[in-house]
Amino acid sequence: MALLQIAEPGMSAAPHQHKLAIGIDLGTTNSLVATVQSGMSTVLQDEYGHALLPSVVQYLPDGDVIVGHAAQSAQSADPKNTISSVKRFMGRGFNDIPDTTHIPYKFRDTGSGMVQIETCAGIKSPVEISAEILKSLKTRAEKALGGELTGAVITVPAYFDDAQRQATKDAARLAGLHVLRLLNEPTAAAVAYGLDNGSEGVYVIYDLGGGTFDVSILRLSKGIFEVLATNGDSALGGDDFDHRIFCWILAEAKLPPLNQEDTRLLLTKAREVKEWLSENHEADITSVLSTGKLINLKLNAQKLVELTENLVTKTLNPTRKALRDAGLDVTEIKGVVMVGGATRMPQIRQAVAKFFQQEPLTNLDPDKVVALGAAIQANVLAGNRSEDDLLLLDVIPLSLGLETMGGLVERVIPRNATLPVARAQDFTTFKDGQTAMSIHVLQGERELVSDCRSLAKFELRGIPPMAAGAARIRVTFQVDADGLLSVTAREQSSGVVADIVVKPSYGLTEDEITNMLKSSFGAAEQDKKARALREAIVDAERLIEAISAALAQDSDLLNTEEINAINAQMQQLKNLTVGNNSDEIHKAVEALNHATESFAAKRMDASVKQAFAGQDLNKLEL
Amino acid sequence: MDLLQKNHFELLELPTQFEVDSNLLDQHYRQLQNEVHPDRFVTAAANERMHSMQVATQANEAYQTLKNTTARARYLLQLQGVETLEESNTAMPADFLMLQMEWRETIEDAISNKDVEALDCLLTEIKQNAKQLAIHLKQYFDEKAYALASEIVRKLSFIDKISIDIHRAIETLEN
Repeated sequence: MALLQIAEPGMSAAPHQHKLAIGIDLGTTNSLVATVQSGMSTVLQDEYGHALLPSVVQYLPDGDVIVGHAAQSAQSADPKNTISSVKRFMGRGFNDIPDTTHIPYKFRDTGSGMVQIETCAGIKSPVEISAEILKSLKTRAEKALGGELTGAVITVPAYFDDAQRQATKDAARLAGLHVLRLLNEPTAAAVAYGLDNGSEGVYVIYDLGGGTFDVSILRLSKGIFEVLATNGDSALGGDDFDHRIFCWILAEAKLPPLNQEDTRLLLTKAREVKEWLSENHEADITSVLSTGKLINLKLNAQKLVELTENLVTKTLNPTRKALRDAGLDVTEIKGVVMVGGATRMPQIRQAVAKFFQQEPLTNLDPDKVVALGAAIQANVLAGNRSEDDLLLLDVIPLSLGLETMGGLVERVIPRNATLPVARAQDFTTFKDGQTAMSIHVLQGERELVSDCRSLAKFELRGIPPMAAGAARIRVTFQVDADGLLSVTAREQSSGVVADIVVKPSYGLTEDEITNMLKSSFGAAEQDKKARALREAIVDAERLIEAISAALAQDSDLLNTEEINAINAQMQQLKNLTVGNNSDEIHKAVEALNHATESFAAKRMDASVKQAFAGQDLNKLEL
Repeated sequence: MDLLQKNHFELLELPTQFEVDSNLLDQHYRQLQNEVHPDRFVTAAANERMHSMQVATQANEAYQTLKNTTARARYLLQLQGVETLEESNTAMPADFLMLQMEWRETIEDAISNKDVEALDCLLTEIKQNAKQLAIHLKQYFDEKAYALASEIVRKLSFIDKISIDIHRAIETLEN
């Protein structure tokens, strides 16, 4: 049994101090925050005992922002400035929004970039609106845990593309959260289900949320969760079921086109009816519109099944594809886990049971399971490790490709490749003396550029001038464990590293983010400097802590001279952190990082060697 | 030795040879990722995080290469300094070309008849064929007959391409 560590009040129990880490489910309809306390993953509640924070943000003319239940109540009264389901607009352009006439917001078409919304408090990007939700959850967590957070795991739909993931990460940055990892929602759910050490075999996670549908197939073996395939539809969710009911009400009551308040009113009504019919046979729909018209209808469960039948079918196509990609048959599936509030609908449970020829697992609250799993992973990533660690091996949901001649896409990284993954591709110049070239990166499964999502255009500059076709430019596409792409380029014969200018198609540029950060922290120059210094110091402290821990563990891999050199540089950095020169701190951080490069490689080699040696020992015992 | 310098077999602690124990491959891959994956280095220094991403990327590449018969054979030939030249050397024995044409016809017929079952059936047949070829591969590697092994890799590569086309056709039909 582990002994409890008790520290004196005000003193930290370092170095085995429990790090405060949270998991956030940033949902289309509701968001949650959870953390691991005394070994148990728990959802944190607000002061009124609510676990769910409605993902609704209201902007007031004086610039104040209201998030959650209060904002949700204001939706009908102030539809233009009260934004719900903002997740649907993350990393999306104006043209991606299917039906702007049914949505009461004033959208701003930014041409090729991410769509924006005009509110009484100014123009807001979906990233800023999401950041408000994250800030609210961060405050809740800090109050509950009583300390500074080490970081957060934020969940995203598995089927989110690069632009949507980047937008989520940017929102966290705006909210002042250190992102430990972006985690796919179905994977988080699998973790929460405790399908760890005990369970072995292949499981399917069926996740129908408010606005997105994901299906993931995972193989579990000795605490390792290996995602075999993922598929989904990032524009299909519980909201669509509400919308079907809403349209039925319009038709049944023979209503003319409604104003925005009445639209909001009936959409809310539709959602209540949907939830009611999950447990009851019939629902009364009574409402008084702003015109004074009275609506009085009855909807029964059977009719709802008919209205939404093809939505249910729409979820089975991606499911079939994921199975095929994993090379599996339904008979090989050991269990099916249901995630997302929409999976409470009986017709969904029945359809899934029929498809997989087994009853799905529903014993955890489908609204909370993702946040609970995210908290468990956050706890592991923050370094509060236990012996029986879990490891998640996730995949890239959509193929990455490059534009080639004739508007075609050449696949570079296939979908469902395990992360992290990299591919190198060689390019050459087309003209004599050419010093720049442009690479267009796309994501999707189709063959035509116009059918895939544009992620970014990378411009390579500084290629040494040579005869046409003589240059060999090796471009490396690296997708990290968050599923985010980065690109590097090097001319092979000269070794020149080309500069890369990234033009994200739907994301925000570094400048835009800096501007948002500035405006959210007050524009004062002093604030900016103080913030830069604070960030630099946090960075330096993190590095010093990491290297001290590494030295404590593995100093036997170095000789005395090497240890002294690292210690000297560390001391130098420590001295700088009490000063106020953020540039100097950055430089010293970089130098220390550089000086410990070979130590990092040695440490990893040693740990791998030990892992395999331990395995041989086990074999002997058998 | 630095992990990044190792070949795919060495990285996964397996003998550098054509035959691979797939259970051992799975087990070693998981063991390796358990040590090197970026999730193990989230709070580590920047250079450790970078190194971890590179090694984990390599581990994935190694696992995918060794798991797939065609890719493994191609890689093993490359280690011997033999390029399989799948892009440039398209010369094939007549009987294999005939077989390919038959397969292509079956695919086209199945697409126009919207017959997913026929496509599934063809997939099974093609898999059988690939299995037969793999048996020859083992023999050629044992005999160090690399030119013959290269020819089989080229054949398998054709078969892989056709399999991808069949999967795509099935997906299109199911949509």
